[in-house]
Amino acid sequence: MSIRKSRDWFSPDYMEQRSKKESAYGLHPLDCYLRKDRIPHIWCPGCGLGVILNSYLRALKNSDISPKETAVVSGIGCTGRTAGYLDVDSFHVTHGRAIPFATGLKIGNRELVTTVFSGDGDLFAIGGNHFIHAARRNVDFNVICVNNFNYGMTGGQAAPTTPKKAQTSTTPWGGFEQPFNLPGVAAGSGAVYVARWTAYHVEKMIESMEEALNKKGFCFIEVLSPCPTGYGRKVGLKTGMETMKYYKENSKIKDGADPTKVALDPDDPECEIIVGKFVDKEAPTYQDERGEIFDQARNELGVK
Amino acid sequence: MMKPGTYFMEGNTACAEGAIAAGCTFFAGYPITPASEILERMAKRFPEFHGSYLQMEDELASITAILGASWAGRKAMTATSGPGFSLMMENYGLGLMTETPCVIVNVMRGGPSTGLPTKVAQGDVNQTRWGTHGDVGVVVYVPSSPQEMFDLTIKAFNTSEKYRLPVVVLSDEMVSHMTEKVDIPKKEDIEIVERKKPEEPPERSLPFCPDEDLVPPMANAGEGYSVHVTGLTHDEKGHPSIDEETQNKLVTRLIDKIRKNADDILEYEEYMVQDADIIVVAYGSVYRAAREAVEIARDKGIKAGLLRPITIWPFPEDRIYDLAKNGTDNFLVAEINFGQIVFEVERCTGGAANTYLAPRMGGNIHTPEEIVDRMEAIEEGKIPDFKE
Amino acid sequence: MDEKTGRGDDEGEEKNREKSMSDEKCYLVENKGKEGNICVITERCKGCGFCIEFCPVNALEFSEKTTEKGYKPPKMNQGCILCGKCEKICPEFSIYLKKKKEGE
Repeated sequence: MSIRKSRDWFSPDYMEQRSKKESAYGLHPLDCYLRKDRIPHIWCPGCGLGVILNSYLRALKNSDISPKETAVVSGIGCTGRTAGYLDVDSFHVTHGRAIPFATGLKIGNRELVTTVFSGDGDLFAIGGNHFIHAARRNVDFNVICVNNFNYGMTGGQAAPTTPKKAQTSTTPWGGFEQPFNLPGVAAGSGAVYVARWTAYHVEKMIESMEEALNKKGFCFIEVLSPCPTGYGRKVGLKTGMETMKYYKENSKIKDGADPTKVALDPDDPECEIIVGKFVDKEAPTYQDERGEIFDQARNELGVK
Repeated sequence: MMKPGTYFMEGNTACAEGAIAAGCTFFAGYPITPASEILERMAKRFPEFHGSYLQMEDELASITAILGASWAGRKAMTATSGPGFSLMMENYGLGLMTETPCVIVNVMRGGPSTGLPTKVAQGDVNQTRWGTHGDVGVVVYVPSSPQEMFDLTIKAFNTSEKYRLPVVVLSDEMVSHMTEKVDIPKKEDIEIVERKKPEEPPERSLPFCPDEDLVPPMANAGEGYSVHVTGLTHDEKGHPSIDEETQNKLVTRLIDKIRKNADDILEYEEYMVQDADIIVVAYGSVYRAAREAVEIARDKGIKAGLLRPITIWPFPEDRIYDLAKNGTDNFLVAEINFGQIVFEVERCTGGAANTYLAPRMGGNIHTPEEIVDRMEAIEEGKIPDFKE
Repeated sequence: MDEKTGRGDDEGEEKNREKSMSDEKCYLVENKGKEGNICVITERCKGCGFCIEFCPVNALEFSEKTTEKGYKPPKMNQGCILCGKCEKICPEFSIYLKKKKEGE
């Protein structure tokens, strides 16, 4: 006998609960962007992912971008689940490969407003190579990296962003690797828009995401998120609320700061978290540059 | 596409031209010997008709980018060789799971590992079937000449669009680098198949609910259908689901999609098999040597025949069984590896005939004389079984 | 709602909305004297407390009643200014503003 049956997942109570869930759909102003039978989502109480998704959907709404012209690509992990909740063309691909998928998608159909939603491990560990090349090419899509400082979904293992000395499930005696400075990597690779916020800075996040959605080129926004279950409770931030308060008290907005100098100091747990819009520049996109070369080629070949 | 006519063309060039003739407008690849010529040809030709050539940072990105482009509505292709194909395994599986049409060209070279980059081998055959984790149904074409590189690439696109899966064109270094006569037909004479589109409006559509042929219609991104595509096990709506019934239903359908439509997809060529006592099974560049070997053997009085799989997967199982039951005593599989298709042949004979192997490790194809010697040794009973 | 596809028609959705406004799934918090209400879809709330903590005027507090899943949703304390911070900071798409239309 399978475990399912003993838990009565298909019992009359469960079925009633399911229908109640579906009937509350449509009340919240952002429900038009959500898949009704997938809410409430699986993210933990106190997780910042819901806040970040909330801001993103608000930015879409404020920019008048309809769900029909939006595409969201996400990788594997808690942040990777984002695609499954959105009632848009959403793609949940393999670990680390959200960016090349989005590259193919955007170049295949330039009308799609494409956003990659993925976590720090997915984008900068296994997906690191793809990130720097997409930034270098300046392909026209946005990348929102939810940085929760660990691999949350698989149980809180250390990631390339985990601060030194932090205890995680694979650094039980404390970590000793230098973590990445994500805005530095993005700016160094050529991204035209680089910003960092925390899940606490909702208004700033919405504004930043709107700017990124309306800007041509590779836009990168890092958002620090509470992860009480995977990471926070091992480093003294037991609930999402404590982490959000920590972000509120320890962050400082410095627009225009040098992205190479905003690393979260791994040796100082009380360090200042510098947030803000660091890079906002203009540069021709991949498609612009290619268009020019192709026009030349077509002229030479005598083809219109 | 190129003007119709007869050309003297390299295999790789013919493959690229076949893709263009089939309507391919997106190519993402990473340079690797012996497939780089396909990339170069695509990069040269694409500006003419607004195609997109992307030089990606690695093969992992290449295969993923073509999946993305396919969902954007393009016909997409990549080309690589053994080491790159190994890297592509995970997302080959993603393409099969999400039922994304696209074409992957694998030009086999000496292996394992870096092996012999500039020399022929046939060591990836089983990898195309079993290389990705989990249970899948695959379609793989094996061209034996530049003409077939052209024709089978078009066919690969058609099959991938019709059955919604990534199709592999499994060439080898010799076929890819040989230059031969290639006839390019008129555009009107080439059959092009497009993917099925959903007939219902978005509110009533189930993106992964199949028709009778087990293939669901495919709505592209941007057409208003808000498809959700995931590599997780999913139900008809495309939403992930972890229960057993969904897994059973989905995986069985992905396998049956090829298995039950095998009659439509399967292709092979036969030469003098009707009265043959010994049938040589050969594919790719070995075909030519095997054919010559059959001629020599016949002159020597050995009743030899030849079976060439054109689709290596699905494999011509029933045909092998029929031949074994109806008078063929021996099958000799000539392949440039340590034995891969020989196991399939042995399985398919069902014990009604003996199976032997004429292996080569890589570097060159068999000579016809080698194959004839092997046939003679089998006739004289000198080889107990193919493990020798 | 169509059984096969799970998609509804507009009229049906509207009726659903009217129906659920009045029962336990979403409860209205009266905000006397101001131009709207705060609603909480209780079955989505996971009791994280963000709306309560970050309300600029401390207008919300934890309710004593728990939801079906055992979480404590917010309830009105006093003085809501309808700034919408709670709606923006909620991770669950649970709490939202409902500004009264003219003539209500």
